[in-house]
Amino acid sequence: MGLYSFLAALVPLNNYGHYIHWHWLYVSYANFIVICLMIVTFVAALLLPFPGRNRRKENR
Amino acid sequence: MSTTEIERQWTTRLRHRAAGKLPPEKLLPDTQPSYVSSWIYVFGVATLSSLILVIATGCLLALRGPSWWHGSYIGHFVNSLHLWSVEVFFFAMVVHLWGKFFMGAWRGGRTATWMTGVVTFLASLLTAFTGYVSQSNFDSQWISTQAKDGINATGGGAYFNVLNMGQMLMWHIVLLPLVAIILTTLHVILVRVKGVVPPYDDNAAATVTTEGATK
Repeated sequence: MGLYSFLAALVPLNNYGHYIHWHWLYVSYANFIVICLMIVTFVAALLLPFPGRNRRKENR
Repeated sequence: MSTTEIERQWTTRLRHRAAGKLPPEKLLPDTQPSYVSSWIYVFGVATLSSLILVIATGCLLALRGPSWWHGSYIGHFVNSLHLWSVEVFFFAMVVHLWGKFFMGAWRGGRTATWMTGVVTFLASLLTAFTGYVSQSNFDSQWISTQAKDGINATGGGAYFNVLNMGQMLMWHIVLLPLVAIILTTLHVILVRVKGVVPPYDDNAAATVTTEGATK
């Protein structure tokens, strides 16, 4: 129960949601953060080197 | 029975056709083309792995029922695992979708692979929605009462009643998972038959050869 209370205190969910409202855009902060994380992950997947990539190219 | 008669049987013809299209070494290959060694190719299998976790935790929830997932610690834990594996599933699927869109993954006779992916995405959205209205809590009541007006405006409310808990639960745990599993299996088989789409600068390899997957 102690751990549960600790985690609940870290991320209080018992509030009204927070939203970004900019012209036509209306999105909750939670969804906006997830969309940003997806974009960051997508760019990182394109740029970060894959382990063993050079070795595979040599063996091609 | 003569050899000719055996060769004409539908079981023999189907076996030959299946083995020709998808021999075991192509179904479970030892190597992949060198261009696959990029993180962007990881998200398809990440989606598949999280789907397996979604189904496994969903089966546990179905075995024990709402009083268990609302009223016990282990039930809460499995319920949360089900939710978070769905979050990972959609996260990985969207990154997979972006990656495949920008590489034009429909090239080289891969239209069916692309389309099964698109329809699986749509079916997954509907599965997630029916899951949210099947939670049997205040959140599901709020979502379903808000959604009913939208569905009714389309004229579909008589057939797909989001306030009907039994109907939504059946769609969520029987019909839609069946559609998602069948389409995902078909999608993976098509990826194995047609091969992973190569980058644009390796366009010559995009077309599927008579031997099957691109090299």
